[in-house]
Amino acid sequence: MATRKIEVPVMSDLFARGERPEFLFWVGCAGAFDDRYKKVVRAFVKILAHLDVSYAVLGKEETCTGDPARRAGNEMLYQMQALQVIRLLKAYDVKKIITICPHCFNIFKNEYPDLDGNFEVINYLQFLERFIEEGKLKIDQASLNNISVTYHDPCYLGRANDIYQEPRSILKRLTGGFVEMHRNRSFALCCGAGGGQMFKEAEKGDKEIFIERTEDALKTEASVIATACPFCMTMLTDGLKYKNKENDVKNLDIAELIAQSLGL
Amino acid sequence: MTRQIIFAITLLITFVVFFYTINRIVRYFRLTRPAFPVRNLWKRFGLMMKVAFGQTKIFRRPVIGFAHALVFWGFCVIIFGSIEMVIDGLTGTEKALKFLGPVHDFFMASGDIFALLVAASIIIFMIRRLFFHIRRFEGTEMKKRSHIDAAAALSLILLLMISLLAMNTGYVGWKTIAGEKIYGLYPLSRVLAGLFPDMSSGNFSIMHQISWWTHILLIFIFANYLPYSKHFHVFMSVPNVFLSRLEPLGKLTNMDNITREVRLMLDHDAALAAVPADAPVERFGVKDAEDANWKSYFDSLSCTECGRCTSVCPANLTGKKLSPRKVMMDLRARMKEKGPSVLKYGRDFNDNRSLLRDFISEEELWACTTCNACAKECPININHPSLIVDMRRYLVMEEASAPGELKAVFNNIENNGAPWQYSAEDRLNWAKDLEININ
Repeated sequence: MATRKIEVPVMSDLFARGERPEFLFWVGCAGAFDDRYKKVVRAFVKILAHLDVSYAVLGKEETCTGDPARRAGNEMLYQMQALQVIRLLKAYDVKKIITICPHCFNIFKNEYPDLDGNFEVINYLQFLERFIEEGKLKIDQASLNNISVTYHDPCYLGRANDIYQEPRSILKRLTGGFVEMHRNRSFALCCGAGGGQMFKEAEKGDKEIFIERTEDALKTEASVIATACPFCMTMLTDGLKYKNKENDVKNLDIAELIAQSLGL
Repeated sequence: MTRQIIFAITLLITFVVFFYTINRIVRYFRLTRPAFPVRNLWKRFGLMMKVAFGQTKIFRRPVIGFAHALVFWGFCVIIFGSIEMVIDGLTGTEKALKFLGPVHDFFMASGDIFALLVAASIIIFMIRRLFFHIRRFEGTEMKKRSHIDAAAALSLILLLMISLLAMNTGYVGWKTIAGEKIYGLYPLSRVLAGLFPDMSSGNFSIMHQISWWTHILLIFIFANYLPYSKHFHVFMSVPNVFLSRLEPLGKLTNMDNITREVRLMLDHDAALAAVPADAPVERFGVKDAEDANWKSYFDSLSCTECGRCTSVCPANLTGKKLSPRKVMMDLRARMKEKGPSVLKYGRDFNDNRSLLRDFISEEELWACTTCNACAKECPININHPSLIVDMRRYLVMEEASAPGELKAVFNNIENNGAPWQYSAEDRLNWAKDLEININ
């Protein structure tokens, strides 16, 4: 099998050459710095390359959207970040943003407009689902040998933005073995990382939220827990380790499952 | 005539007491802050029809939700008969709305049947509260008073339904034996009247009289009990749904006063020109009841303490102190405690207590994951996370108080543009040595 090297296009380089990409791919902090989640980003840009999408990343110019600060009550810091980001995006004449992180998605889509940051914001699942619908991205159930997969709804895609259908539609095309957890869609239990919890110890209690949620997933007896959020991935992967299940059950992002089924 | 005068005086007392109480509560809204302008009235009307009258969110728990929906729909049809009773009581008529013909028949018949359905649902609720250990009816915020309140309201509703059925049965029995025309249809009470074959027309009439007065007096008592009870939601829930935040649950409200400050930092001259010189200095976020916006306070008044929010809260489920229901109950209680003095002595009034810490601890506030499960679950669209985040805003921006790890996150974002302590120079490391297979 032949391979092709991929260069990830960087916005400033394209601009220097007078090129304008159609999409900005917003990588996010976890994509840039979390070793596990870097693999998800790599899988996603492989799909972008496979689809020949016109896009660019900000690279070293990317910064925090301000989401963790905002949810932790630091509105001042959030708005300073947000106004910087908006200024940068406008300087690059960005019209459409693809995000993989639901937290970045939510803040771009719902909160930046209050600060005059109006962009067309697309979550990667919506983006990929559209290519699948149009027949440009061909995935079929046989490719994953019908492994059983369950899906954990990230709060900021599900309840926050009512995106429930796309991940399920994609997963059902990928495998005939899709199973729901008993708490799913708008009833889904949080992984425990939202609202700034990702970066701190949980308050005193009798259980960790991520363990409770991992147990939900393990009850389905699926061999793969599909996630669509970097923080959910950290939490559920930790949960699998805690339960000594990391060898039996894999926690993969939907982008990784697609890349795998396409043989990328 | 004497009857009408007695009735009119009773009704007057009911209204005077009711409006006195309502005014006591409503005046606290003057202390609250702006939330959002109430626009999109058609959309709001649609939402109210769906969520309030359609009971869609209560059906997230289909079985017990159905029992509640029966009670709600029952109230909606029975109120027609109550209005007729008030007219009858004031004017001395009998079945004053009978001129509505089939409409009158419909409301009398459905009220008659719903009286039994409501009573049955109430009995189910009572049995659940008394004999089943339902987790969401427990919790630190559920004091003995809350349980008594629940039992009292349920008992009142049950008595209302029994008296309604007795009234209808009396009416049907009395009119049937006397050979007079019956106005309205009473499918259930007709059967009930048949259970007393030996009762005379006179006795049925007395039964009707007694239960008529019992029913209407219970309504008056119930109406005046509600504002002091968690069952105030009978009045508040429909308007609360109408006044819902229409934004996606994930969206937090922008703090425009912060935007002014930040723009001032980024572009001094332009922003300075936009700020009126006499703009009042306002506390950032919520420390005490009067810092909350009117919607949060409305939410707190509408809360029925059903505990659906707390029962789905990931923090509460795993033993943390946070309970979204408690947050709402605390705001209501604190406003009741402090509100009168603030109205009297002004905003500078200080009783050395506050909603933060004396009611809601920092530990509770920091346990929230902003997952919005509570807001999604609330049958009447209460939004707990917005209040929780408003309180975090006070802690962080006025007191610089936050868990140490979060302070580190703030520093990192400020210095490296990421919550972790990594350099922006490394942001593209993931993109090295990438290749794909081509078939």
